Amino acid sequence: MNISRRGALKVAAFGAATAAGARKAEAREEKTAPPDATGMLYDATLCIGCKACVAACRDANDLELEKGSVLYDDPVDLSANTCNIIKFYDGAGDGEAQVSFVKQQCMHCIDPACAAACMMGSFQKRQNGIVTWKPDRCIGCRYCQVACPFNIPKFEWDSPLPAMVKCQMCLAKAGTTKEGQLNEVGQPACTEVCPREAVIYGPYEELKAEALRRIAEYPDRYEDHVYGLEEVGGTQVLYLTAKGVPFAKLGLPELGPEPVPALPVGLQHTIYKGFIAPIAVYGIVAGLVWRTRRQYDDAGEEVGA
Amino acid sequence: MNNNGHGVPRPVGGPIMTPVMKLCLALAGITAILLIYRFLVGLGPVTNMTDGHPWGLWIAFDVVTGTALACGGYAIALLIYVFNKGKYHPLIRSAILTSALGYTLGAIGVIIDLGRPWWTWKLPIFFWTWNLDSVQLEVALCIMLYTAVLWIEMAPVFMERWEQEDDKPKLQEFSRKWTPILMKAMPWLIALGIVLPTMHQSSLGSMILLAGPKLHPLWLTPWLPFFFLVSCVAMGYGMVVLETMWSRTVYSRYRETSILTALSPAMVVVLLTWAGVRLFNVVAAGKAEYLFNLDRFSILFWLEVLLFVVPAVILMLKPTRTDRDRGRLFLASGMMVTGGMLHRFTAYWFAYNPGDHWNLYFPSMFEIFVTVGLIAAEVAAFMYIIKRFPILTGRPSAALPT
Repeated sequence: MNISRRGALKVAAFGAATAAGARKAEAREEKTAPPDATGMLYDATLCIGCKACVAACRDANDLELEKGSVLYDDPVDLSANTCNIIKFYDGAGDGEAQVSFVKQQCMHCIDPACAAACMMGSFQKRQNGIVTWKPDRCIGCRYCQVACPFNIPKFEWDSPLPAMVKCQMCLAKAGTTKEGQLNEVGQPACTEVCPREAVIYGPYEELKAEALRRIAEYPDRYEDHVYGLEEVGGTQVLYLTAKGVPFAKLGLPELGPEPVPALPVGLQHTIYKGFIAPIAVYGIVAGLVWRTRRQYDDAGEEVGA
Repeated sequence: MNNNGHGVPRPVGGPIMTPVMKLCLALAGITAILLIYRFLVGLGPVTNMTDGHPWGLWIAFDVVTGTALACGGYAIALLIYVFNKGKYHPLIRSAILTSALGYTLGAIGVIIDLGRPWWTWKLPIFFWTWNLDSVQLEVALCIMLYTAVLWIEMAPVFMERWEQEDDKPKLQEFSRKWTPILMKAMPWLIALGIVLPTMHQSSLGSMILLAGPKLHPLWLTPWLPFFFLVSCVAMGYGMVVLETMWSRTVYSRYRETSILTALSPAMVVVLLTWAGVRLFNVVAAGKAEYLFNLDRFSILFWLEVLLFVVPAVILMLKPTRTDRDRGRLFLASGMMVTGGMLHRFTAYWFAYNPGDHWNLYFPSMFEIFVTVGLIAAEVAAFMYIIKRFPILTGRPSAALPT
């Protein structure tokens, strides 16, 4: 087939842009927590598994009991009715003596994949870094669920009018400023009720320092790793775990330091930089189409679609 | 249009309500009733999707794969207008029609799958809310626009017939008024019809990269948009061959075997480019270890590569100038279509792992039936349109051998 080299080059223009994007995808700027970021620090060595936080979360956010929980509220996993959960890890299954509890809720990523996914910005990182969901622009595509490395956003599968549900650090409950900042007295229901201060709320930088301080002060008590400092570019919820109980055992996935949106969003912004490539390709293709159709006209042939 | 001596496109004619048509309409009708139920009860009771596997068959097949299967119009337009191969013109109308129907099916599939479809109208209008980080935004807007472009590209075909309907003066007047205007705009539309699929078919690859650590490393590559783009062209050619062979045989038209065979070199280039870059890329990215694990991912990977290489080899065999060539072409086209489908299914489904505590996803009977019903509706629409409107070229093949 005599594919003209010129034509081939032209149509390759977009493919080349795609390929160039593939090579330069790392170009996306690194995100940091906003200066007034708040967050939570969960210390698994302090948690006694009383689940007061689970009940408080349910009350504060008007979440229904899980189906089947008639006598006793005992959710087994996060769901559209459970934004916060305490799970139990029994080391006996792995031949270990240790046991641990772990709290799960939204991690409030510094570079959240759900917000990168969301077409009209229903998921947004507010001024203080808390990631919230607004109903009025969500079309229920569930790309956020595909994107979230922690599988946090939950969908109301059993409703004909479903919402996306996840921890929003009780913004609605605490009373917030216009920018979505928790006010002075406000704090999330879970940290408010925790009898052991196993989970605490506060400015992100202070929580970071506190987590590192605890490890430095009690090196025998903790694994030498604060989960959330590095993972997927950092999360505003931080975790400490007991020595000998790796985070992976607690259901916190092993993740690298690269934010999840870095690759696809970097790729997209490289290929579509200034929308130049699509416009250029459109111009070239329109020229080629015009040339082809002129040839038909010259030959006196009718040309349709 | 008339550059192959096969005559102008003409309606096939004949009765509409054939047994096949009745079957398709019955399936589509049952699906419509099922869908009422789906919108009353939500997605949970009728599908096997979960918070772990939030995208199922309807996204993986109807949208991601279905639109690629509908890339025949794109692939043929590339040949005719970019590579200046006018001889393929007899194929363009049925290819564009298949594309228009396929993309419409994809769009309907999305609406069925969306949890909150009532806000969808905001998407193309509320531009100030657009999140330019969202790859899906580009895909969604592009697909909406391209579906519209495809139907506008088809419009002259419909108006060609309406112009002759003396008993419907309004339709006739409308057609007479708009045909010249559309013909003037057509080059710009055709160019749009080439650029838009280039954009969103590649972006469908970028889109699933946001699954990040949940996607198997063999598919988590910045080259995925390239593979999606190249494979949609292969799938487009494959579908054009299959669809042309089917419609020309069923409706006794010129088989266009010589034109279809002439597609082979283009298909070989596309197929080998895909397979070559795919293999090179895996090795260059230092992921060769995954190729020989003998787990389901390595098997899926090799199956993908084989489904691109083997049809290329078949197409490179020396022509026999007999009916065997048609058999080979049919086989190769079937394989490359399957290969492209597998690549998409794997990226959006088989290679997506939200965590080991989530059960593997397999679609419910309801999901499968809805997809089958949508395809049936598409086939019914295709059969109706080619019988009533000038799509297919060539007089009945009974008169002349191919």
